[in-house]
Amino acid sequence: MGNFIEIKDVTFSYVNDYDDPPTKNTVIRGVSLEISKGEFVAVLGHNGSGKSTLAKMLNAINLPETGEVIVDGMKTSDEARLYDIRKTVGMVFQNPDNQIVATVVEEDVAFALENIGVPPAEIRERVDNALKTVGMYDYREHAPHKLSGGQKQRIAIAGVLAMQPECIVMDEPTAMLDPIGRREIMNTIKQLNAAGVTIVLITHYMDEAAEAGRVIVMDDGRVIADDTPKKVFSKAEMLKAVGLDVPNVTELTHRLIDEGLDLPDDIISEDECVERLYELLKKG
Amino acid sequence: MIKDITIGQFFPGKSVIHRLDPRIKLLLTVIYIVMLFSAKTFAGLAAGVAFLLVSFLLSGIPIKMMLKSIKPILPIIIFTGILNLFFISTGEVIFSWKFITVTTGGVRTMVFMASRIILLICGTSLLTYTTSPITLTDAIERILSPLKIIKFPAHEIAMMMTIALRFIPTLIEETDKIMSAQKARGADMETGSLIKRAKALIPILIPLFVSAFRRAEELALAMECRCYRGGEGRTRLKQLKTAPRDYVAVVLALAFLAAVIFLNRVWI
Repeated sequence: MGNFIEIKDVTFSYVNDYDDPPTKNTVIRGVSLEISKGEFVAVLGHNGSGKSTLAKMLNAINLPETGEVIVDGMKTSDEARLYDIRKTVGMVFQNPDNQIVATVVEEDVAFALENIGVPPAEIRERVDNALKTVGMYDYREHAPHKLSGGQKQRIAIAGVLAMQPECIVMDEPTAMLDPIGRREIMNTIKQLNAAGVTIVLITHYMDEAAEAGRVIVMDDGRVIADDTPKKVFSKAEMLKAVGLDVPNVTELTHRLIDEGLDLPDDIISEDECVERLYELLKKG
Repeated sequence: MIKDITIGQFFPGKSVIHRLDPRIKLLLTVIYIVMLFSAKTFAGLAAGVAFLLVSFLLSGIPIKMMLKSIKPILPIIIFTGILNLFFISTGEVIFSWKFITVTTGGVRTMVFMASRIILLICGTSLLTYTTSPITLTDAIERILSPLKIIKFPAHEIAMMMTIALRFIPTLIEETDKIMSAQKARGADMETGSLIKRAKALIPILIPLFVSAFRRAEELALAMECRCYRGGEGRTRLKQLKTAPRDYVAVVLALAFLAAVIFLNRVWI
């Protein structure tokens, strides 16, 4: 038994056949990663760093050009296992409007189960459970287009969750949402992770990444950092060099450190920052 | 404004009509249409009216809604009415001026045709009032599924209808947004000749199409991620089952049809 997801020295490029001669745009240049069951991994990187492309390799939407991706013992290039892989690794995208298929909430959540041929009675049960998990059970008979962005995204998550995947990959699920919607989704993600679902969260937001157990930073198709959020965000210079920010609290403490205050350089949560400042002020 | 457009308005409810199997409802609608077209006399049509009224009363949909459904087709009714009035020359002449002659036969046909169209629209709108679009597409898929033997894509057609229905509100909203954005940049869509106004629609349609294609691509990807692979081996959350009331409804409809045919003979 190896790791749950193994990415072994993978490369990937998009080929544009319309150009003559066809041009090749390499977006992943040799990535090796291992993700174990139950982890909460955040993937950071600016636009074009290859993070979305990498995410789509985890459930065989993109197949590696060289190297291989193994999900729970199954090679993603093995076509016979394609649907087993997609059942194991679910995926949620950025725009909730573009991933909801049906005109009724519960019908949409049932979509994946109908596709994999689950008997109707079991579909009912799994749909209800998935909707309860994301807190949308009361809306099961509503029309999706009348719900808020955060609610729609939770429906999309429920639709994936109903498949009972072991891992959910989310590609910037909060990018199109307002702050309330973002909070809703982050709470849902943390709740799922606590229930044992492996989460791979691709995000732009540093404070979301700070809530993960592990942060991977990508730049130009390579992994340039892979550590706990504390350790990654303490390297503010490195992050800024690849066009990323650090969470606001981290930025604040780093500036205070530069001014000569005695603070640790790995503060990533507001509570922690408040506590440290309080101690510092008490000492006088 | 543009958001008010609804296609196939559905009024959720728990009446007998709502609970009928959608396949049966489609069948009833077909029987009803046959009823209207086999009626040769006003007495025959009256039986059709009776059938419609009973269905409407059972459904609990306000009669007001029935009248509302006629409004959009009023021009068609008037147009066919006028054609019938002037071009049918049976019976006695009531009125004659230059080349225009109105006969009793013309008046009769006009009223008869207009009533038939009105009844047709009312009946079919009762179907969409009491059946949600998704159950309707489901029913269509089931009805067409025997044709799969001759490679007829029943599942694909139903899937396309569902997705179209799902995206109508989304695309309407999008159109609204694009229109506002173009207006904010000085686009003029309300004045000028017809050709000018049609041309002003181009900057709205192009972004709309581009975005629709992008949406389609993303949706296809999301569907793939949820193991979509066509209709084969698919199960459904909601199974369609016929109940005794469905058979009663069919028998009743057939009885009305018999009444129409009978009344055609006795009354003129």
